[in-house]
Amino acid sequence: MATGTAVDVVMPQMGVSVSEGTVTKWNKQVGDTIEADETLLEISTDKVDTEVPSPASGVVSEILVQEGETVNVGTVLARIGGETGAAAPAAEPPAAEPEPEPTHEAPEPLAQPAAPVAQENGKSFVSPVVARIASEHGIDPSQVPGTGSGGRVTKKDIQAFIDSGAPAAPAAPAPAAAPAQAQPAQTPAGEPQLGESFEPMSAMRRGIADHMRKSLDTSAHVTSAIEVDMSRVVAIRAKLKKEYESAYGVNPTYLAFIARATVETLRDYPYVNGEIRSDKIVTKSFVNLGFAVELADGKGLIVPVVRNAETLNLLGMAKGIADIAKRARDKQLTPDDVSGGSFTITNPGGYGTFHGTPVISQPQAAILGTYAIVKRPWVITDDNGADAIAIRSIMNLTLTYDHRLVDGALAGRFLRDLRERLQTWGESDY
Amino acid sequence: MAEKTYLQAISDGLREEMRRDQRVFILGEDVGVYGGAFKVTLGFQEEFGPWRVLDMPLSETAIMGGATGAAMMGMRPVAEMQFADFVSCAWDHLVTIAAKQRWRAGTPVPIVLRLPSGGGFSGGPFHSQNPESSFAHIPGLKCVCPATPEDAKGLITAAIEDPNPVLFFEHKHLYRRIKGEVPDERYVTPIGKARIHTEGDDLTVVTWGAMVYTAEEAAKVVDASVEIIDLRTIMPWDTQAVLDSVRKTSKVLVLHEDTRTGGFGGEIAATIAEEAFEDLDAPVKRLAAPDCPVPFSPVLEKAYIPQVDDVVRALKELISY
Repeated sequence: MATGTAVDVVMPQMGVSVSEGTVTKWNKQVGDTIEADETLLEISTDKVDTEVPSPASGVVSEILVQEGETVNVGTVLARIGGETGAAAPAAEPPAAEPEPEPTHEAPEPLAQPAAPVAQENGKSFVSPVVARIASEHGIDPSQVPGTGSGGRVTKKDIQAFIDSGAPAAPAAPAPAAAPAQAQPAQTPAGEPQLGESFEPMSAMRRGIADHMRKSLDTSAHVTSAIEVDMSRVVAIRAKLKKEYESAYGVNPTYLAFIARATVETLRDYPYVNGEIRSDKIVTKSFVNLGFAVELADGKGLIVPVVRNAETLNLLGMAKGIADIAKRARDKQLTPDDVSGGSFTITNPGGYGTFHGTPVISQPQAAILGTYAIVKRPWVITDDNGADAIAIRSIMNLTLTYDHRLVDGALAGRFLRDLRERLQTWGESDY
Repeated sequence: MAEKTYLQAISDGLREEMRRDQRVFILGEDVGVYGGAFKVTLGFQEEFGPWRVLDMPLSETAIMGGATGAAMMGMRPVAEMQFADFVSCAWDHLVTIAAKQRWRAGTPVPIVLRLPSGGGFSGGPFHSQNPESSFAHIPGLKCVCPATPEDAKGLITAAIEDPNPVLFFEHKHLYRRIKGEVPDERYVTPIGKARIHTEGDDLTVVTWGAMVYTAEEAAKVVDASVEIIDLRTIMPWDTQAVLDSVRKTSKVLVLHEDTRTGGFGGEIAATIAEEAFEDLDAPVKRLAAPDCPVPFSPVLEKAYIPQVDDVVRALKELISY
């Protein structure tokens, strides 16, 4: 006859996010004898199905939760030992009367069943020096690929991780404020094959990878392109350049012109400046204009935002772009600088490319791509209505949009209007 | 600058100090007529006469007692134990009197006690020990364990200059095996300063004496950049040099020829754990002789004294940790 206090068997915590579990099967009944660690029952949670071992040896004195019932983590399921005498015949436990039992010296929450504790092995141990370096750089060591014994993160691993550009991560999150909950890679990388070499992924690269994949999984990407005769802009810019540079110390780039024209055009196309939030379409009375900026040495991409771009004239736009680009390169951006964009411009034309299909910066609805301005033979209609071939500065623009919100015709009209603004740019338009 | 053996370097250092300072004299068993069991003082009696190179009776107690008394009277005795093992006979004078006199009465006790120590040539349990940790534990005594000819000369000079009792552990296995450039002029190697034997970035070996060379051989085998610190003196020992290196490499092996338990490596390991905990990327590892007397059998002695292979194994464990 068991004596002394009973030991509670509780619904185990099977994972941080698991709050309840269902009893699927009792392997022992009231009155049965059980050894410690012998399976007492089976449970099912939304993460795993598993067996629960008995925390103690003794007689099952009470079963409080029946098969098929779902209860919260920590709920007492059964008791081992204690005063079973009276309980034995009255098999049906008296309803649910969770006696307080003040003297209970509850044993530690239960030896967790050795259920899938996700490949933690050596990786969970953090040596003192790794812990210190991680805290100095605000790095989560579990995100660092480990090469030590059992996958432990060594000092060299974390230093390589930092050297690969990770320290920028906390100050300037990659593309958007996506908290990059990097899923553990589906399959481990294993060992490099002949001719291959491995390098750790920086936090920024990981963030970009996650964000790009997520964006493609979220939006229905469609790209439309349009050719724009930039001759007027080229001419006006040539005129303004000297003045802007001497008077304001800023270069009126083509990008500034395009940004200015884009902001004006977006006023007429709120969906292009909008987003889908859950089941609502969100439109905005402001334009927070993001610019994709490549960091030095291909270390990654960041999208700082010029806020309230609708309030800026050409000079303000040129200054705004110059400022964020400089701060991006100098790693001076704050988290606020890279969040809250409503529309993005990316400029992959710097190397002469004339077309591309950029990925939308979530949760925005569209991204404008600007490409190289090239002189091309162009058919124009002269004042007499006669066609002629002229040499013109032509640039392609692409709009990649989320077809869930923006239809092709709308995108087409947007591009048409944007082209019109650029082709008919008047000196007083800035 | 000339190439000299470790033994020659000690001999030169002694001779130089004896020529320089009339107070310096040598006493020990067979140090005079015979020139010392290892011939460190060969020719000394001819040069300095029988009163400065004293052949003593077979009594370490008498040698140590005589040296202590002479030092208190203003002399600078250099006493030799024929083998370091026999210093146990001199324990009372050394530990009770010489070590404490400075604190007790303020009297300087400038003794150098030369202790041929270490194994590796089947000397058996009475002629192979490395008893430095026993004396490092005694406040008032300094313990010096040079590994190179240059340090041997510089440290014997420093030991003679020092106003305290200094135990000079000279490793017998290095006597004629190790040669190196030794400056001709007089110089002093400071007591308490370590020497970086080889620089490295991946892990640190802290050692002294003959083990410096064992570590050096092992470091050549492993695929890692190993920093070898030759402590040179273990009391006082160069904590800063060790901590600086540990902060750089974050992995450390403490290696010594003395037995493990209570060996000086324990003190070093504990200090690293205390002072550089947040710089460690692996547990501090110790490699030392097992806790038993030094075996006579060559096979067993090899198994007993840490060999290159043993160090390689320990280094590999640290590398892969």
